[in-house]
Amino acid sequence: MTASVPLPRPSAPLPSPTPADILGLLGSVHDPEIPAISIVDLGIVERAEVTADGRIEVELLPTFVGCPALDVIRGSVEAALAPLGRDASVAFTWCVPWTSDRITEAGRSALAAVGFAPPAEPGEVRCPYCRSERVVMDSAFGPTQCRSLFYCRSCRQPFEAFKPI
Amino acid sequence: MTPAVSAAPAALAPGLRAALADLLLSMADDEFVSGFTDSEWTGIAPILEEDVAMSSIAQDELGHARALYELLAAVLDDDRDADALAFDREPDAYRHAALLDHARGDWADTIARRFLYELADEARLASIGSGYPSLAELVAKLRREERYHRMHLVAWIRRLAEGTGDARARLERALAALASDAATVFTPLAGEAALLEAGVLTRSMSAAEAAWRADLTAILVPLGLAVPPHVELAGPRGAARFGAGRTLHGDAFRWLWGEFTSVRHSDPGATW
Repeated sequence: MTASVPLPRPSAPLPSPTPADILGLLGSVHDPEIPAISIVDLGIVERAEVTADGRIEVELLPTFVGCPALDVIRGSVEAALAPLGRDASVAFTWCVPWTSDRITEAGRSALAAVGFAPPAEPGEVRCPYCRSERVVMDSAFGPTQCRSLFYCRSCRQPFEAFKPI
Repeated sequence: MTPAVSAAPAALAPGLRAALADLLLSMADDEFVSGFTDSEWTGIAPILEEDVAMSSIAQDELGHARALYELLAAVLDDDRDADALAFDREPDAYRHAALLDHARGDWADTIARRFLYELADEARLASIGSGYPSLAELVAKLRREERYHRMHLVAWIRRLAEGTGDARARLERALAALASDAATVFTPLAGEAALLEAGVLTRSMSAAEAAWRADLTAILVPLGLAVPPHVELAGPRGAARFGAGRTLHGDAFRWLWGEFTSVRHSDPGATW
């Protein structure tokens, strides 16, 4: 057996990541209060780009102004981008209000699969378990700022719905 | 609290900067004091759903206060961050409205105070123009959230007003006790003319108060409840009653201040 020769490390810098590369990595970042859905599908990634001097800039839209998960999400985004080996700045902005319309179709399906009704006006909420229209809102306020409490009269299950905002 | 939102303050003329700081401070302190008073119900609200609702509303308002203090920190640019602005002032340096200077009280007291404040805050937010873009962007976001608070408070006013004798009597008593402080959210600002000229405000505080009165009237009068009377907010009489520019605070607030600064004071300078 011959001694293994370490492969030479590439001396050229890694190719510049594209916005699609960044979004690909952000697809692994989840809101800690709604682990079923990535922040990309949640629609809170407003901007992801590489500057002329090679830094990564990400701008995120908070779902609610007082969301206590912001610092955790910022840390998760920085960790997800670390493999790119570049300086990354992660900022939150209000310049565009996040609205629940920004949740993607994939995100809506992921929410429904874990028993969250996707955002809809109260009269249009459907039970995520049995799709029934016979639902009532118990309270506009749920366990997190972005969720309301509902009850399905058909399958008799309580469930949570994203607040339309 | 670490800064959550980046905000670049535009170059501001000194007079406008001071006026904008006054506006932001009064808005932030209102949301902050209101949020902390509401949080006093966490764990002891009359029913579980209401406990969750009031806690959620408190969390919203404290979040709004944090965002407003961050804008204020950028405007003041004096090395104080949102935490320092929220927690490191003496009680007399807070600028919340006298309406929010009341103890939590019973449930009717809370609903009456929150209802009067919610509608007042809405009228004030509707008076913010595009003159200071960072504030205009934040206000657009706040208004989307506040509509849930309004729905909730209006539902509770109706429920208590149409309830059995005790509920209605307590609500009437609570509204009467707050009547002379009800409009204090609209205390004229020292730099109001500069704010109007720069488009930070689109209407005066007294015009906002008129809109609030119309809104209140449409809800309270059909329920047979009294609309708070007009009170002089500024001038010598206003200053004697409320302190010039919202500077007079009572024992209820001093107690609350002791509560909300206790953790900060337990280890000054610590990063939480």
